[in-house]
Amino acid sequence: MENPENFRKETRAWLEANCPPEMRRPAQTEEDTCWGGRHWKFQSEAQRLWLERMAKKGWTVPEWSREYGGGGLSRDEAKILRQEMRALNCRSPLDSFGIWMLGPALLKYGSEEQKREHLPKIACGEIRWCQGYSEPGSGSDLASLQTRAEDKGDQFLVNGSKIWTSYADRADWIFCLVRTDPNAPKHDGISFLLFDMESPGVSTKPITLISGASPFCQTFFDDVLVPKANLVGKLNKGWDIAKYLLTHERDMIGGMGSTSENRSLGQIATDTVGTDNGMLADTVLRGQIAAFEIDALAFRLTMDRAGDMAKAGQAHHAVSSLLKYYGTELNKRRMELVMSAGGTDALEWEGERSREGRTARAWLRSKANSIEGGTSEVQLNIIAKRILGLPGA
Amino acid sequence: MALVLNDEQTMLRDNARGFLAKNAPIAHLRALRDKRDAEGFSRALWKEFVEMGWAGILVPQDYGGLGLGHVEAGVVMEELGRTLTPSPFLATAVLAATAIARAGTDKQKQHYLPKLVAGDLIATLAVDEFAKHHPDHSAMTAARAGKDFKLNGAKTFVIDGHVANLLIVAARTAGKAGDTSGLTLFIVDASAPGVRAERTPTVDAHNAARITFQDVNISAENVLGKVDAGWDVLEGVLNVGRAAVAAEMVGASEEAFGRTVAYLKERKQFGKAIGEFQALQHRAAHLYCELEVTRAAVLKALQTLDDSYDRAGAIVSVAKARAGLSATLAVQEAVQMHGGIGMTDEFDIGLFMKRVRVCQELFGDSNFHADRLARLNRY
Repeated sequence: MENPENFRKETRAWLEANCPPEMRRPAQTEEDTCWGGRHWKFQSEAQRLWLERMAKKGWTVPEWSREYGGGGLSRDEAKILRQEMRALNCRSPLDSFGIWMLGPALLKYGSEEQKREHLPKIACGEIRWCQGYSEPGSGSDLASLQTRAEDKGDQFLVNGSKIWTSYADRADWIFCLVRTDPNAPKHDGISFLLFDMESPGVSTKPITLISGASPFCQTFFDDVLVPKANLVGKLNKGWDIAKYLLTHERDMIGGMGSTSENRSLGQIATDTVGTDNGMLADTVLRGQIAAFEIDALAFRLTMDRAGDMAKAGQAHHAVSSLLKYYGTELNKRRMELVMSAGGTDALEWEGERSREGRTARAWLRSKANSIEGGTSEVQLNIIAKRILGLPGA
Repeated sequence: MALVLNDEQTMLRDNARGFLAKNAPIAHLRALRDKRDAEGFSRALWKEFVEMGWAGILVPQDYGGLGLGHVEAGVVMEELGRTLTPSPFLATAVLAATAIARAGTDKQKQHYLPKLVAGDLIATLAVDEFAKHHPDHSAMTAARAGKDFKLNGAKTFVIDGHVANLLIVAARTAGKAGDTSGLTLFIVDASAPGVRAERTPTVDAHNAARITFQDVNISAENVLGKVDAGWDVLEGVLNVGRAAVAAEMVGASEEAFGRTVAYLKERKQFGKAIGEFQALQHRAAHLYCELEVTRAAVLKALQTLDDSYDRAGAIVSVAKARAGLSATLAVQEAVQMHGGIGMTDEFDIGLFMKRVRVCQELFGDSNFHADRLARLNRY
């Protein structure tokens, strides 16, 4: 970067000129977050314009190179962009699994043709992706997956079922783990396939969670034909890509708890239990909240440090397991405290006052954090094996 | 600032680690303990610290010190934590040097700092008066006697108190216990009439003392900082000490953890290494995460002391509270996972548990700092 302060100034000026005022208020509903795709209905002209302008600049994916629809920014420049967006309360112009997960995997493992075909459409929000990993019989033991892709000349014939496919019912394409060699050891017979969700034989069914309606679906493949050109990486080498992509997913889930702060726990509890001499009247809850805040701040610093270590070439590749494990357990702890601090107010399930039971639903939803993307127990296994080198782990 | 050590800091760490492994391994602490050494530390070792510049690590170069920062002092503390080395480093080079360098007059700095750097003086901070850390509850008095002051009261848990030549003492010139205003810091000659130190070695075989002050005359020129307004200086010095002790706990807990993981790989029961049992693997992996999270907080606290000294209170409390809890978990798991042998005096692992218990109390335990953070965040 030539001069970071110049870049910061230019960035701020551009954001001020181009980010519509409506896009500088916090997102209230799910639809306020733009996910893009063929079927996306923009909430407002401002949302459409904001995506269009940011995509043109390449700033929906600031660190990807320009030829793939990115902004070609360095890590430091992208950090400045994020800081300036935060400072002006700019919403993210586009959220998607294409940006967070498939994009990094394609950049590393995709052919040049695949990169040119798919990355620009992710960057501008034209195509919305979903992830086909877990199956009804393959959760923590993901590599036991049974969805089969049979070789039919220049195509694969895919049969099977995926579960916990977030937004499968709204996605345009899927990146999917399939078994291409049923006779090989389980990790060595898996391939990474891309296909259109409008292909004949694909169907989806939404899943209701303990928190209510959810983005999760079960997805069924019934004699789906997929061109062989849609294989990413080498045949039967999909597990490497799967693992690489899981680290991105873990980083994403691990970081979720720290970005969803509205009112602090101390404020929530002050409003409900009141104070005594300037201190929370419930002294046990006060101690629990303080202990949580200590851990939460230290964890945010741990994420910063992980980034700094990666930059300095000192990072351990299994650090994403640490972040995923710790971040999700912390978020569950936070939601338990939110419920405790909120008391009976937090129990309301319907109606405008509780915004349709937002707190209670978020509390219930948080329980999935330590299951999805690899359970806490799986993360501890990975740490025990790859970082501590314990035998037989 | 990136949350990693830079090249110079890494070199300091490697040098310190190499030096201490060779010259002051845990056997050094054992030898002092077992012969009931009257001073509780080795003058010869301290002389080597002085020669390496460590006694003046935080002292500005104008006064002969290295003029380095809290991150560097923390690097040394962490390494001292690994080897459990008793030395006047914390009391003299961290606490007293910071107090004088931050709050001293030019004359005081010129008089004392070069002597600290040269190892001619052992100095310490005398703040606690109770079994638990409550600096604002200090009740010891410093009554006006003309232009001078007369000290009366008692301090407890004064690190290296019985070997210190110089004491930085917090006493009340106004107000009552619980007030942060009305406290004043004094530089007190430990050999002055009326000062009496009783050595109270702690469970970890490190030095501490109870010190009584009976009609101790202190001239006005030995006031450190402003009369009645010692609180801010004291808080700053305590923050420095808290972050340093947190760094020491990082070192002690990581060493204990490293020894424990090695033991899990080597100890065999039921025909296999006990590290193959998932019950132990998950506890070890969880502990690893706790130690990593603490390390980030402690480094940030040290960096904040270097960058914005006056705004370090919250992050220092986070670091000290975290370090206390994760180090406590580390040493408890260490003893438990070592089984019977971990309970023997002959085996080193128990020494880590003893040291961490003392560090937890030093300058406020985890509960103190959680409370402090809650106050800072107004709930």
